[in-house]
Amino acid sequence: MDNLGTIGTTEEQIELMDVATNFCRDKSPIDKVRGMIDDDLGYDPDIWREIGELGWLAIAIPEAHDGVGLSMAEVVPIAEQMGRNLMSNPFGSTTLAAQALLAGGSEAQQAAWLPKIAAGAAATLALREDNGDWDLSNIEAAGTVSGDSVSLSGKKQLVLWADSAELIIASVKIDGAVRFALIERSALSDNAMRRETVIDETARSYEVTLDGVTVSTDALFDAGRTRETLEKIELAAGLIHAAEMTGGAQSVIDYTVEYLKTRKQFGKIIGSYQALKHPTVNNYVEYEKARTHLYSAAHSWGEQGRGEVAVRMAAAQSHSSYSTAADRAIQFHGGFGFTHDCDAQLHRRKAILSGALIGDAAYQRSKLANLLFD
Amino acid sequence: MADKPSAAELKDYAEQADAWFKENTVRDPGFMLPLTFMEVSTDQQFDFLQDWQRKVYEAGYLGASWPKEYGGGGLHSEYQRVATRAMKKYDAPIMINAIGNGWAGPLILDLGSEEQKQKYIKPMLSAEDIWCQGFSEPENGSDLGNAQLKAVKEGDEYVLNGSKIWTSLGDRAKYMILLARTDFDAPNKYAGLSFFLNPMKIDGITTSRIKKLTGEYGFVQTFFTDARISADCLFGGEGNGWSMAMKTLEYERGAKVKPVGGFFVKELDVMEIVELAKNSVRNGKPLLDDPVMRDKMTQYMIDIQALNLNNTRRRMPQLMQDRPMGLPLMNKLARTELIRELTEFSLAFQGTKAGYYVGDENAVDDGYWHRSYLNSFSATIGGGTSEIQRNIVAEHALGLPKTR
Ligand SMILES: Cc1cc2nc3c(=O)[nH]c(=O)nc-3n(C[C@H](O)[C@H](O)[C@H](O)COP(=O)(O)OP(=O)(O)OC[C@H]3O[C@@H](n4cnc5c(N)ncnc54)[C@H](O)[C@@H]3O)c2cc1C
Repeated sequence: MDNLGTIGTTEEQIELMDVATNFCRDKSPIDKVRGMIDDDLGYDPDIWREIGELGWLAIAIPEAHDGVGLSMAEVVPIAEQMGRNLMSNPFGSTTLAAQALLAGGSEAQQAAWLPKIAAGAAATLALREDNGDWDLSNIEAAGTVSGDSVSLSGKKQLVLWADSAELIIASVKIDGAVRFALIERSALSDNAMRRETVIDETARSYEVTLDGVTVSTDALFDAGRTRETLEKIELAAGLIHAAEMTGGAQSVIDYTVEYLKTRKQFGKIIGSYQALKHPTVNNYVEYEKARTHLYSAAHSWGEQGRGEVAVRMAAAQSHSSYSTAADRAIQFHGGFGFTHDCDAQLHRRKAILSGALIGDAAYQRSKLANLLFD
Repeated sequence: MADKPSAAELKDYAEQADAWFKENTVRDPGFMLPLTFMEVSTDQQFDFLQDWQRKVYEAGYLGASWPKEYGGGGLHSEYQRVATRAMKKYDAPIMINAIGNGWAGPLILDLGSEEQKQKYIKPMLSAEDIWCQGFSEPENGSDLGNAQLKAVKEGDEYVLNGSKIWTSLGDRAKYMILLARTDFDAPNKYAGLSFFLNPMKIDGITTSRIKKLTGEYGFVQTFFTDARISADCLFGGEGNGWSMAMKTLEYERGAKVKPVGGFFVKELDVMEIVELAKNSVRNGKPLLDDPVMRDKMTQYMIDIQALNLNNTRRRMPQLMQDRPMGLPLMNKLARTELIRELTEFSLAFQGTKAGYYVGDENAVDDGYWHRSYLNSFSATIGGGTSEIQRNIVAEHALGLPKTR
């Protein structure tokens, strides 16, 4: 089987890991995370500005478009630390929009948007629909071309951070084929967006109604690049969410271990009971496997064949380990675990949303199986 | 350490090693070869494996990177890696002297006197001196610190009384690394222990074979009745037995390595399992079309790939910052449990054929999978059980309190 990846790091990746570790810890303490739950925007605009100034949105954008010219491998440690500290903002959605532009955008479209994103503009993707299918080509939203304008119709769901995004890249069907359309936020009326209630209260998500929205044919990606754009989006999303979930798994295990070291029952620290201790070790082992897969996926990103296997392994392993670790975290905190105040629920909810967005562990495995055995 | 070889030097060496193993590897001597050093049952198997290790050592492909002055090859570790790769390629038999070369040897090289290194290392490499390990006792297994075998000093000798059990290769060994109690009034159970490099072929030491779940032999109970050994056999100083035992276990469990080369245990090749799955049928269709089997097999691929990559990652400090002991300490637990699950899973492929066992002509692959599954428990129990490994990871990697 020659499509199994290896593991390695780059110097830039490790430098970014150090910076991101400190930044996310300092800027996203848990009271701040909780403070943002009732905030409309859902993140601190000053911190978002700082993220732009740090150049984190420019990392995987080529130098020709004012980017840093590195790759998704260097984005991974940042997303990992954000997940670890439950730091929520449009970093992931913006990075994915940039990847979509790189895969499918024309030179002119890239030149128009990538420098803005590199400088800190938020962007997002509008891909999912009411059928709930993870297959991103199974869509109904449509575009009708007349002359040089395209009128759009239909509804997109789970559009993350849409109200903050200056650019929304939506998938629609034109003449039966999936195409991507660049929609400026300003082209959408306020009532075209409905804030959705998603299970992860730290995230912001919108349903976007495309009815009545018109874009120029210049705003469409080339039809010949749909396939690679879809593939790139799926992989980049898998990688980013795997990174966030791996960071989250580490965090919820640390949180649980802390409790097991302090809470006493029957005169003993509960962490001395093997009924709690051994499953916690199992969860920790699964987390370390997820982290190994994550850095293998980062390293293999861009390698034909190996890249996809590595990313799907990372996505599957991180989703299953994050879900299990957070599930056990609730149980192992007893009555407190059932409360909104216990951080276990934040993680459990986040893992569910991530799985819903990219496809859960079982879905990733079904895709992997085709790559491995057929 | 010796100089790092150039690419050209390494290539030459790799070609030589490749040619040697191609020429000399015997995979089917006409009787069943053990998959692990704990499985050596018959004289025929023992003689073959002892001879094989000697041959590999004499050709320079075992202990290639161990110090020259004690019988090693004195080469950079890259050479040994290359030679081991050739052994893997030709599916060479295992190295029998695991307890010698895998754990006693590294310990002696780390802490032994010049005289001990001169005396023990070379014949250990050539498999002339087989080693065994006397840690577990009938009443004290997981609770190794409670070992009770008595070693009483009389003049310049120790007198040994008691019994060890599950001693792999105990009836073949010339030496035993032995954990014994020298002080019965010590302030705690650990402080009373001492560690010996103990000769086996002396008066007062007898062994009795124990039949394993597979129906074969491989380990023994060892009895000590007024056995007298020289005080020179003491290793690491009186009262330091626990610390020596723990250092041994670091090697045994793979938390530390000083690779001598080759394999003590046949590595499971996951591709063979995938092949087996591909060649199996269910309801008239390929087994891997069955969604449940397909999903499980994929999960195991994810697990195997993670553990293989962990071996690389643990040498990358930049990816080991938060809990540096995590990967080394979980290695044995994760690997042995996975192999147990995988080999059990491989039986599920076989449908009706899962009912056959080694020796029947209808058995799939001569019963290799059944044997592998039953033998997989040797690693989830031996060397400290999985439950004990979980305690260790919990206490030493996660900082959870001890279970008392
Ligand atoms: C194939 C094989 C080869 C071996 N070779 C050698 C050898 O060469 N030399 C040698 O010295 N020993 C050897 N052993 C012995 C091995 O190290 C012991 O069997 C092992 O440490 C367990 O001890 P025990 O058999 O006394 O089981 P016990 O300690 O009695 O364990 C019984 C059960 O209780 C569990 N248990 C015990 N304590 C705890 C705890 N604190 N928390 C949770 N669960 C617990 C165990 O996990 C196990 O499931 C070998 C064993 C095998 C299977």
